[in-house]
Amino acid sequence: MAKHHVTATVNGDEVEFLCETEETLLDVLRDGLNLTGSKEGCSSGDCGACSVTLDGRLVCSCLVLGCEVGGRRIETIEGMARGERLHPLQQKFLEHAALQCGICTPGFLVAAKALLERDPDPDETEVRYWLAGNLCRCTGYDKIIKAVMATAAEMRS
Amino acid sequence: MRYEAPESFETAVALLAGAKGDARVLAGGTDLLVQMRADILDPELIVDIKKIPETRAVTEERGGWRIGAAVTGAELKESARLKKAWPGVVEAANLIGSTQVQGRATLGGNLCNGSPAADSVPALIAAGAVASVVGPKGRREIPVEDVMLGPRKLSLQKGELIASFFLPPRPKGSGDAYLRFIPRTEMDIAVVGAGVSLTLDGAGKIGAARVSLGAVAEKVLLVPAAAQAMAGSTLDQPAQERLEAAARAACRPIDDKRGTVEFRTQVAGVLARRAALIALERARAN
Repeated sequence: MAKHHVTATVNGDEVEFLCETEETLLDVLRDGLNLTGSKEGCSSGDCGACSVTLDGRLVCSCLVLGCEVGGRRIETIEGMARGERLHPLQQKFLEHAALQCGICTPGFLVAAKALLERDPDPDETEVRYWLAGNLCRCTGYDKIIKAVMATAAEMRS
Repeated sequence: MRYEAPESFETAVALLAGAKGDARVLAGGTDLLVQMRADILDPELIVDIKKIPETRAVTEERGGWRIGAAVTGAELKESARLKKAWPGVVEAANLIGSTQVQGRATLGGNLCNGSPAADSVPALIAAGAVASVVGPKGRREIPVEDVMLGPRKLSLQKGELIASFFLPPRPKGSGDAYLRFIPRTEMDIAVVGAGVSLTLDGAGKIGAARVSLGAVAEKVLLVPAAAQAMAGSTLDQPAQERLEAAARAACRPIDDKRGTVEFRTQVAGVLARRAALIALERARAN
């Protein structure tokens, strides 16, 4: 069977790719488009390392088929910094040492950005629940939560 | 593996009915893709129903609500009016998985995945929701409690798919609630789930009521005896005890790593009572 020919917008750029039915959006991003910031952790929607937004909605790219995204708008970790200028979340993650090995970090950043775009003033409980689908085995989460709270405060002021 | 994303039910049904091998409906994909990845499923055909407008719409209809089978949990939560009318249904749908999963997971998928522990299903059954099913012979309406027969087994025929759900009009003095037990606060599969919907009569006593239990049998149960146990009461202590006993009597759970038969049966009574108290409080405020 012929591959699917898909056109979508990724981080503001129109992209075209070919994919098999069983290839996920994560496969397409990493292997087809060379956007390897989104990580493959579990491939079952449990770890959140592959988080992206699809038409503004936070999803696991491992649970989306590549052939589903024709005409849709995808934002990945690669679209977060503006050139050399880090997104405030990225800056605060560095300042708060909210990462160690870094595998989960792109997913946390994309998920936290989606939260702050919806709610610029979340309380700690909301942040913890929102990020419950992102697993980190290094930090114990506290530094991540503090970094997100600090970013929210800074972006509000 | 073929992928089709038709824009009409007619085409979707023809594709599903004409498939030679295993054919699967794709809504949010949060179960289907996981099962494909785990080699549990290897369909010949995937029919993505999200381009069919009815599957993606939430609309008020005949005083009630029509919810498309492929509307996501995140979208349900953003409908303030639906949340006010059916808070238990919306909360149940939003207990499924993480924020990321909420962005994709749907009511149609949660039901058709055929798990007795599906969180949104007891809430839908308690609500008296009716599934609108399209197939080769046209459209038929099936109460949600009649869709699932057992683990991974549905009463849908080849070529049939769920288009949408209808939630009935809400009389004044109505409330619903869904509670589940899991050993942690988030991101787990229900050990027991309980959905309750009730409407108060003119005297402030419980009139019409429905109780549904998840993860305590081979399918999600509608428990008329539990609803009967509260009828005509204000959910005072004796009525609460009757409700708990009726809920427990309906349980026929399995023993597994998530919970023993005794534990599930005990918890089913507790959750039915607590869900009923929340539904009652909501009904009084409504």
